[in-house]
Amino acid sequence: MSDLTTARFVNIGERTNVTGSARFKKLILSDDYETAVEVARDQVENGAQVIDVNMDEGLLDAEKAMTTFLKLIAAEPDIARVPVMIDSSKWDVIEAGLKCVSGKPIVNSISMKEGEEQFLEQARKCMDYGAAVVVMAFDETGQADTKDRKVEICSRAYDLLTGIGFPPEDIIFDPNIFAVATGIEEHDRYGLDFIEAVAEIKQRCPLVKTSGGLSNLSFSFRGNETVRRAMHSVFLYHAIPAGLDMAIVNAGQLDVYDQIDPQLREACEDVILMRRDDATERLIDLAESYKGKSAADEKAAEEWRGWDVKKRLEHALVKGIDAHVVADTEEARELVAAAGGRPIEVIEGPLMDGMNVVGDLFGSGKMFLPQVVKSARVMKKAVAHLIPFIEAEKEEGAKAKGVIIMATVKGDVHDIGKNIVGVVLQCNGYEVVDLGVMVPWSQILQAANENNADMIGLSGLITPSLDEMVTVAEEMQNAKMTMPLLIGGATTSKVHTALRIDPAYEGPVIHVLDASRAVGVASRLLSDTQRDEFVSDTAGEYVKVREAREGKSQSVLLSIDEARANFFDAYLSDKAAPPLKPGIHVFDDWSLADLRDYIDWTPFFRAWELHGTYPKILDDEVVGETAQQLKADADAMLDRIIANKWLTAKGVAGFWPCARDGDDVTIHGNGGEAHTVLPFLRQQVKKSRDRANMCLADFIDPAGDWIGGFAVGIHGIEEHSKRFLEDKDDYSDILLKALADRFAEAFAERLHQHVRTDLWGYAPQEQLTNEALIKEEYRGIRPAPGYPACPDHSLKPILFDLLDAPANAGLTLTENFAMYPTAAVSGFYFGHPEAEYFGVARIGRDQLEDYAARRGVDIATAERWLRPNLD
Amino acid sequence: MSKREEFKAAAAQRILIKDGPYGTEIQRAKLAPEDYAGDTGLEADQKGNNDLVNLTQPQVIRAICDSYIAAGAHILATNTFNANRISQADYSAEHLVHEINVSAAKIIREAVDEATAKDGVPRFVAGAMGPTNKTLSLSPDVEDPGFREVTFDEIVEVYVEQARGLIEGGADFILIETVFDTLNCKAAIMAVKQLERELDRDIPLMISLTLTDLSGRNLSGHTVEAFWHTVRHAKPLTMGLNCSFGAEQLRPHVQILSDIADTYLMAYPNAGLPNDLGEYDELPDTTAALTKVWADNGRINALGGCCGSTPDHIAAMARAVEGVAPRKLPETAPDMRLAGLEPFTIAA
Repeated sequence: MSDLTTARFVNIGERTNVTGSARFKKLILSDDYETAVEVARDQVENGAQVIDVNMDEGLLDAEKAMTTFLKLIAAEPDIARVPVMIDSSKWDVIEAGLKCVSGKPIVNSISMKEGEEQFLEQARKCMDYGAAVVVMAFDETGQADTKDRKVEICSRAYDLLTGIGFPPEDIIFDPNIFAVATGIEEHDRYGLDFIEAVAEIKQRCPLVKTSGGLSNLSFSFRGNETVRRAMHSVFLYHAIPAGLDMAIVNAGQLDVYDQIDPQLREACEDVILMRRDDATERLIDLAESYKGKSAADEKAAEEWRGWDVKKRLEHALVKGIDAHVVADTEEARELVAAAGGRPIEVIEGPLMDGMNVVGDLFGSGKMFLPQVVKSARVMKKAVAHLIPFIEAEKEEGAKAKGVIIMATVKGDVHDIGKNIVGVVLQCNGYEVVDLGVMVPWSQILQAANENNADMIGLSGLITPSLDEMVTVAEEMQNAKMTMPLLIGGATTSKVHTALRIDPAYEGPVIHVLDASRAVGVASRLLSDTQRDEFVSDTAGEYVKVREAREGKSQSVLLSIDEARANFFDAYLSDKAAPPLKPGIHVFDDWSLADLRDYIDWTPFFRAWELHGTYPKILDDEVVGETAQQLKADADAMLDRIIANKWLTAKGVAGFWPCARDGDDVTIHGNGGEAHTVLPFLRQQVKKSRDRANMCLADFIDPAGDWIGGFAVGIHGIEEHSKRFLEDKDDYSDILLKALADRFAEAFAERLHQHVRTDLWGYAPQEQLTNEALIKEEYRGIRPAPGYPACPDHSLKPILFDLLDAPANAGLTLTENFAMYPTAAVSGFYFGHPEAEYFGVARIGRDQLEDYAARRGVDIATAERWLRPNLD
Repeated sequence: MSKREEFKAAAAQRILIKDGPYGTEIQRAKLAPEDYAGDTGLEADQKGNNDLVNLTQPQVIRAICDSYIAAGAHILATNTFNANRISQADYSAEHLVHEINVSAAKIIREAVDEATAKDGVPRFVAGAMGPTNKTLSLSPDVEDPGFREVTFDEIVEVYVEQARGLIEGGADFILIETVFDTLNCKAAIMAVKQLERELDRDIPLMISLTLTDLSGRNLSGHTVEAFWHTVRHAKPLTMGLNCSFGAEQLRPHVQILSDIADTYLMAYPNAGLPNDLGEYDELPDTTAALTKVWADNGRINALGGCCGSTPDHIAAMARAVEGVAPRKLPETAPDMRLAGLEPFTIAA
């Protein structure tokens, strides 16, 4: 699946809409369709994901204009590649449009204005044509204005539509955005009503989407673009977390929320969220001062600001300061231009010099990853500034050292590591084509060919991704490619690369241990003098790994029957009492401020390749200063995350009566309901002395016991991540993702504590410090599918079903069982005092076959799931 | 059990085998021009009007169908690729469209029922509808890209007529095949929906896309995934690919579809690529070996042949995949799946 084309919030352009664009209206009225088609092309080129076409204009034959225009854009592959929104208030125009559109479009809109019968007839036709549909909150008595009316109408429409089999995921509700700050008191609640209605509609009507036309909102500030833009941005800032999926808006009419003048932002927020009675008057007063004015704030120049420009750029790059980089770059460009040089020389000269300093410092261990990523941010901004000048000259850009395709493989959504490597490579002059996450092999190969790439880099975090990497290697072989294949990511290893990936592909395959090695590997692979030696050395190493593996006297495996006989004989009379609060517990919005105290910082530093234990790492002789700076940045971002509610922590926990049945734990449904079986794996490696061959089932009493499960996730990073990336700020993006991961882990820790002391309640008196928690000095464990004690990721769907995690925690699974959102943790609760973590490690063919039978899958599937535990 | 349920039950057991093409087999019968025309009284030359043979020489069609049944086919398509008003206009035989389709479906129905009465193996009649030779998405006039030779409603009408005949003659399913224009396919879906309401019965659909270039797009420019998004609303019983190229070139596209289509996957490729003389010379065992890889990888629920395939090819494929487990249907997230020429998904 090409998830590059998957979206979470969609801006729908309104430039091919005669009611939204005066220019487009003029073109259509004057029959200038050729130019009108170019408007659509521009819009798609500028990133529109869906184009809205509206021809509702009294002076037009709307049906004819609609069909003419749709047929014309159908002939333009670079426009027709995106879906169309057929927008009209007249059904005849919509149906005529549906007959011209060859993909799957959106109809905008239908409603119950003329009664249920006509509404359903039109909905049926949309189903027959295969279209998604926008439903306006409009009924026989009129357009919905209050929250209650919006919710009531949409709920009624939902019931009617799903009643005739309309797929709920193809419904988009538009609960009407009306103008606020009009001076009429009844209008004051319109913004807030919309936002609240969206949240409730999303809850009441599962799977639907919501949308709105944004320009209405600021109608009373016509002519004052600064204020309109601010209002739109503030509105979306609050509406998107409430569940708004798309909006019809001119993308050029939006500001970055954090960059709006705080005074104006607050005034807009007061109006939209109705925070004070005099909000409208205050915004109107304030708006006066923005008429035709741009907010320019000057800050006192620090000492280095007095240096010459070349030195200033280097300083900015090394220190990662982006405040003045655009101005400094421009100054450098003007200097070069005055001397008769070309803009590219700014990149080749001062900027590359600065980056070389950064590269040297990083290479010699004097600079660390967080700083390098910050430097990259500065560099990107400088280059972005120069690109228009370079293009204007139509000269070639600085020649990259090489082109590298990077992707997180299909089925996997983790991208922090990949992004870090990408940034490091870019800093060092490589062109990185980042295909994103969940990228199928076909797309990777295609991108490699189209970009004439020098190598491909694959990343993945979960174990099934290892198989997917093998697939990519096989397909590269099928396609007779020869370029090097780089393998990286937390789950990958030199051994796996040598055993599975390297044999699948005749070209060079290189396992890259961490980001700091990436540049060395890439430069050797592209070096005329070093390449051959490097490739043959690496291949030789892998051969040795394979030989060692073959010849290795592996640890002896017991038969599964013998292993079972040596099970862990827990004191069953010590088992935990039944939960005080059985059943499912849903936590919609756990306080982030509370979770902050539970964050385990050591893995956070590890993500940035700073190794050491927190808090000692802050005083480390070598990396201490960097670690302190990183921690300060993280704390500052945490403050903003919490104050502005960027993220939402959702979780679910549940407890079920169960019994051990061999290596299975069987959960008993209520009464006659079907049972759920949790099959676990048992250690088979022969143990020394009297140690047991453990299996998680050993911690459960065959005569009856309880087991728990949980899933937690951190929602909402997409919007902020997107904003950072648009601002060329990889540093903040990676920081945010790393913090979201930490929040997820902290939530799992905090929820486990809540389970022990309250929900299950077997340790009501527990008093532990955060340090003790991190060291797991408590009773009971929470092993996660995909981790050593429970290595099969495919238990996640069973766990998710038990918890109804998609509905209760907003979590979904990819086909390879990666959780989405990415910052998520799930697992089982075992309450027995002797329960402990262990690694299943290598298992035998007999257990594999037994497990396949217990799971009810064929051997090949089980093999795929358990590959890391097999020979 | 309805035919839809019967098909699902059979598809759970094994990889089902679809038949091969009729055109080359009819040529082999070496009919004279007057044999084609029979007693229809048609004045225009009917040589090459393979669809008319259903009416004038039913025994020829029956024999071909029997040879595919003998080869092991479970899904037998009607010989009606061009049995529509638009294509028959080339032979001035528009008025016979209904009769041709009824007769075509009857022949296959009888052959299938007789065979099943003998051996109890479930078999199915797929009423085949080709793409017509008119396209709704493209202008035939490069100077006037907004021009269309035909309208959506006209194509719907053409297909309603054909589908009505096929169902009347006893077809279990309607197979919309060799789809090169996505909008034509949408019109065919609309036609079957209308017919379902007219007859007040369920008519399961089989949809089969054909690709025109190796990157995986059809003539109207849709990628395999975008096409699937576009036709998913029809809830087809099978979704798949046919014709296009040989099995070797079709493989990556079958793989893509296999991952995303939450319905049965049927593919029937050509017997390799045509040689310099435009003939297909891939041997049955070669085709069978190539398609067996799909089966072994769990990519396929139904397999058959298109251009260049013979009953021998079908028999070889049937032997090759005997006992290989059919593809399991993937579970897909309830996302909003839109499409232009390319897919666009808004996550649930």
